[in-house]
Amino acid sequence: MLVFILRRLAQSAVVVVAMSVLVFAGIFAIGNPIDVLISPEADEIERAAAIARLGLDKPMHEQFIRFVDSALGGDLGTSFVHGVPALGLVLQRFPATLELALCAMLVAVVLGIPLGLWAGLKPDSLAGRVIMTGSILGFSLPTFWVGMMLIMAFAVTLGWLPAGGRGETASLLGVQWSFLTADGLAHLILPAVNLALFKLSLVIRLARAGTREVALQDYVKFARAKGLAPARIVGVHILKNIMIPVVTVLGLELGSVIAFSVVTESVFAWPGMGKLLIDSILQLDRPVVIAYLLVTVLLFVVINLIVDLVYSVLDPRIRLGGGRA
Amino acid sequence: MTEPLLRVDGLRTHFLTRAGTVKAVDGVDLRLDRGEILGLVGESGSGKSVTGQSILGLVDPPGRVVGGRVLFQGEDLVGAGEKRLRAIRGRRIAMIFQDPMMTLNPVLSIGTQMVEAVRAHEKVSRAEAWERSRRALARVGIASPDERLASYPHQFSGGMRQRVAIAIALLHSPDLIIADEPTTALDVTIQAQILFEVQKLCRETGTALIWVTHDLAVVSALADRVAVMYAGRVVETGTVAEIIGNPRHPYTRGLLESVPSRNRRGVPLRSIPGMTPSVLDLPEGCAFRPRCDRSSGACTVMPELTGERENRAWRCWNPVAAEARGDAA
Repeated sequence: MLVFILRRLAQSAVVVVAMSVLVFAGIFAIGNPIDVLISPEADEIERAAAIARLGLDKPMHEQFIRFVDSALGGDLGTSFVHGVPALGLVLQRFPATLELALCAMLVAVVLGIPLGLWAGLKPDSLAGRVIMTGSILGFSLPTFWVGMMLIMAFAVTLGWLPAGGRGETASLLGVQWSFLTADGLAHLILPAVNLALFKLSLVIRLARAGTREVALQDYVKFARAKGLAPARIVGVHILKNIMIPVVTVLGLELGSVIAFSVVTESVFAWPGMGKLLIDSILQLDRPVVIAYLLVTVLLFVVINLIVDLVYSVLDPRIRLGGGRA
Repeated sequence: MTEPLLRVDGLRTHFLTRAGTVKAVDGVDLRLDRGEILGLVGESGSGKSVTGQSILGLVDPPGRVVGGRVLFQGEDLVGAGEKRLRAIRGRRIAMIFQDPMMTLNPVLSIGTQMVEAVRAHEKVSRAEAWERSRRALARVGIASPDERLASYPHQFSGGMRQRVAIAIALLHSPDLIIADEPTTALDVTIQAQILFEVQKLCRETGTALIWVTHDLAVVSALADRVAVMYAGRVVETGTVAEIIGNPRHPYTRGLLESVPSRNRRGVPLRSIPGMTPSVLDLPEGCAFRPRCDRSSGACTVMPELTGERENRAWRCWNPVAAEARGDAA
């Protein structure tokens, strides 16, 4: 187990290095930040001074070496726009996004698995068909449009929920969270539902497909022949078997929800990392973009590791191999 | 005559599919006394497995029991509610399935699967259920049961898994075990061991057994009586000696002649011509008619089970004459 984790960490380090090279090269291709950052009226001397101050006068490989050098010390550069460390800027926005993503995942799992089970156990029932049709809508409607419709319905017309922002926050472990206050929670509902919709559909379809397959297995019939109650058969024998694909996809999706909740954050003016990324790309704020992407890569790596560990708990046939495996 | 343990009357289980109605079981009559071992024999598709599952109401949709009665100690299980059936399953009537690789849930430990089986019917503590599971494993010849209870199915061989399934079936000392080809997927040596064990355990506990199989050799070694099925019906029934020594239905005779025998060394094996008819399109009258060398005009009408007594009967207009088999002497 320990060997497995160490090996995975080593692999992850390689991924992070490769990623930083790609990001660094890619960001150079987008454009020159000087054109955005310095006012057109600035004279040649001011321009040169600004370029030198930001370190943009050096060739690309020198900039990269300087970046790696300071990155190893935990410094991913200073934001061109805000003048503060880029990593700090990203991490400061991180809790808002994490909170939103986790709430969305919670909605997807808590609603999706029971609905999928139901649709899988009774595929020909009216409820089963309604659930499946609903999941197609969840898949195909664009997130930004659904977000705006949610605002129209629940914020503008009905006036039940606020349209944007994080609302009141409370502090836990030195970080501000919305879900701790009633007002914050009210602000959280609409964006979380919006973000959850696609994942919810995904979970429903996965759970349904898994249930339909597992329900026909001999071991389910054998469980019935033992005289077990339906709740035990569905809740233990079937559920534990369908959780393996669901956990895989959820793990991958959690990463992507955190990384790419850009659209939802923009629609609901949610001050998370996604919104920061959009703003930074528009202003060609290179260090922030790089810091954001590196944080994202690390997140994916960590989540994948956790998913692998959860697997071995769910499925006893999977043994996390050590060196000789 | 005393009330039999199990009496199946005109059981019919049909599968309503898009291609038409599959009459997998179409009028099966069986009778089983306490502690008796019945071999239910037939080719693939003869409806023998579906018969076993119908008794406990375990047929999956689109299959459905559409007629007949299953009287278990006088109680009709066909009309019984799911709750009543659940109380009988595993406790009074247990079941063992064909493929031991498939019958144990791969993600639950053996202990979990045994403890839940105990606790489904009796309000006992987890510790006591564990202890009973341990004893049940020891009884079917599994060494170091404590360690085995903590293991998962994939750590067991096929024979071991089938022993576990048998141990689970025996947990509540049921009145009847329905074993659906439980040794078909196993090696011959393991098969013999399991047969011996099951026979011994059933004799010890007075448990009746329905052994579903296509293997006449297994039946002759194990059973008291045999019921031969063809195309969803019982075509002949009798004691093992009667069926083996003096088959009356041409199909039973054909089955026996296609088994290699020491008495007929050097003589080519005979096989039954043709193949099992499609259950979607059964011939009118006797379903065996197209493959039968004794068929006559009368065979377009389904014959009734007739015979000397209820437990020695055949479904044929032109039965093989008594003692007609060439090698019987």
